[in-house]
Amino acid sequence: MLGALTEFSGELRTLGVPVSMVEVMDAGDALRHVDLADRGAVRVALAATMVKNTRHQRAFDTAFDVFFGLRAAGGGEGADGTAPATPPDPGGVGGAGVGDDLTGLLDALVAALTSGDGETLRHLVRMAIDRFSGFQPGRPVGGRYYLYRVMHRLDAEGLRRRLLEVALAAAADDDDLAARLAAEHAGDQVDLLRREVEDEILRRLVADRGAAAVAGTLRVPLVEDVDLMHATREELDEITARVMPLARKLASRLSARRRHGRRGRLDVRRTLRRSLAHGGALVDPTWKPRRITKPELVLLCDVSGSMATFARFTMQLTYAIGHQFSNVRAFAFIDGIDEVTRFFGPGTDFAEAMGRMSAEVRLVRRDGHSDYGSALNGFVDRFGDAVTARSTVIVTGDARNNYRETGRDVVAAIATEARALHWLNPEAAQYWNTGDSIMATYVPLCDGVHEVRTLRQLETFVERVALAPRSIRRSRRSR
Amino acid sequence: MSWSNAADAATALRTAGYLADERTAQVAFLGDRLGKPILAEGPAGVGKTALALAVAQATGHRLVRLQCYEGLDEAKALYEWNYHKQLLRLQTDEGRRWDELEGDIFTEDFLLARPLLEAIRSPEPVVLLIDEVDRVEVETEALLLEVLDAFQVTIPELGTMRAETRPFVVLTSNNTRELSEALKRRCLFLHIDYPSVAREREILLTRVEGLSEELAGRIAEVVRSIRRVAVRKAPSVSESIDWARTLLALAVDHIDGAVTADTLNVLLKYQSDIDKVTRELDLAPAHDG
Repeated sequence: MLGALTEFSGELRTLGVPVSMVEVMDAGDALRHVDLADRGAVRVALAATMVKNTRHQRAFDTAFDVFFGLRAAGGGEGADGTAPATPPDPGGVGGAGVGDDLTGLLDALVAALTSGDGETLRHLVRMAIDRFSGFQPGRPVGGRYYLYRVMHRLDAEGLRRRLLEVALAAAADDDDLAARLAAEHAGDQVDLLRREVEDEILRRLVADRGAAAVAGTLRVPLVEDVDLMHATREELDEITARVMPLARKLASRLSARRRHGRRGRLDVRRTLRRSLAHGGALVDPTWKPRRITKPELVLLCDVSGSMATFARFTMQLTYAIGHQFSNVRAFAFIDGIDEVTRFFGPGTDFAEAMGRMSAEVRLVRRDGHSDYGSALNGFVDRFGDAVTARSTVIVTGDARNNYRETGRDVVAAIATEARALHWLNPEAAQYWNTGDSIMATYVPLCDGVHEVRTLRQLETFVERVALAPRSIRRSRRSR
Repeated sequence: MSWSNAADAATALRTAGYLADERTAQVAFLGDRLGKPILAEGPAGVGKTALALAVAQATGHRLVRLQCYEGLDEAKALYEWNYHKQLLRLQTDEGRRWDELEGDIFTEDFLLARPLLEAIRSPEPVVLLIDEVDRVEVETEALLLEVLDAFQVTIPELGTMRAETRPFVVLTSNNTRELSEALKRRCLFLHIDYPSVAREREILLTRVEGLSEELAGRIAEVVRSIRRVAVRKAPSVSESIDWARTLLALAVDHIDGAVTADTLNVLLKYQSDIDKVTRELDLAPAHDG
């Protein structure tokens, strides 16, 4: 078991899940207290000791299925030598009682899903895979194609409709709510079937090629490493869920000086006054409150077409920050610019805010292609007072300017006025300054220029931002 | 505590009115066995704090609770010297030599034990709940580390105090910020999510008297459906319990769209959420208001 554990933790590290030495030892400790034949228990024990972040859970689950799917079934290493919990190999399903035709199989599947009979369901799934997957031993695939073939032949959509009918027939009444619940129920059941098929295919792949090889094929980037510009819908949802804690962190970084300033200098007058209650002994020293510097945040977001996915993400960040932090002003621009702060304040709904933003604000003045020069000039003309010596200005944009005026002087003016100016570019740094990208124009003006293509890079930026504001000041003066 | 396996832990927790799923029971069992703190993370109102309360009740051990908040410091979490008492002592003893006095005023008599020290010093085993640990600043987390891995507190004037019996420690977090690696490494991690329909139904039946099985199942289904809508604050388990009580009080024995629309304000706490759910679930209120 120890060998398997080391191999498994190695795989987790390859995936990017940080597993320390101590945690592997803890996992080993935990395994001594659980029934090794109980796969669920082993999974929980390993997850609790090795995965300390929910966003790594999925990577863990996949890796666990690959590495312990078959071994746990063997159960040979269990200290008490109990019998294996999972039924034996999928080979011996040929002579099952269910009819050989597809209709019979589908009927049986619907019955098994409706009654919630897991054992029968798994049995049927094995049959379906035997017949439809066209499994080819030795091929280095992740199994997605097999899954597609099986689900296609089983007609997932048709199954869902049949399950929906069953659910509707069972429902007590026939209003919209009941229909919705029935539809959700049917959807869940098809998902369950899909998961079972997936699991079984994975089991066969591992049996065929070995855990390490299959894990290699299945490796997908963690959420924090997904490229924001090319994220899928699901990945974006997951990323969105991570933005809120990050915004809180950014807010707390920016206001760090405020919190540390809780105790200022000794307030001699008050301390003496209080000491009178204790016969003149200085029992209760009182401190003067330190002067509060309220940091301000100004966000300038390019929301043009080339930035569509990223713009959604930056607005999400804006929204999250707006909920954390009162001194924030947000501006969106394409070739015109306008303030969007009011849409993203506390008590708003994100989807609604996005809708209102596109309906109520005019960001296009000419043709709807990015024009940093015109947008930034517009910013200084109309909202110039938003930037003060206390402001941290963050620009998000790819600096693809369609060969128009750069607005370099305006950016320089903003940089001089603000406490700090950071530029977040969602493009890979190697593509900066190619084509119509004019990043080089802005780089020398900013306190920091950051490539932010992934959540991890955004986290790094948040870690760094607002560090040592004084040194930033000094560097500006020497410029 | 002597649970022999996860099922044992689940049964014990059930007697305390806490219906643990397989994962929660397993982690609680391991936490006890390995003597490691449990870090429970998840959305608000899924029973993270209740887990600690249930463990305390199931085992009959005293619960010591440290509620975290921004600005929590050593004096509120660990210990503080009773400054006033020390001063009085000095005044009564006027005229004695300092080296005699010094030993006197830095003794346990002058120590104010705050929750962490209290849990360590307790002669009988306790359950220590460190609630909403994500609210303290990163720097303050460091205060917890010594307690969590060695179950001891070091007081410069007195030396190191070690726990006589290992407390059962539960930390909860709403994940509003990432906790430090150092803290996480010392804990068993438990993510508690909203319960499945079947489990929520069971929870409702245990917690709400006089609820029919059918109604409970239906409530669980509707609540789950609402949780799928992207709302700002999804209904927690305690809110679905409130809803069940409301429906009972209104003598509703059957939930349809109109009833749901009329009582939605029990489940959702923002007007924008209520509007959104009404729209998405296509609920038609029976009457205005």
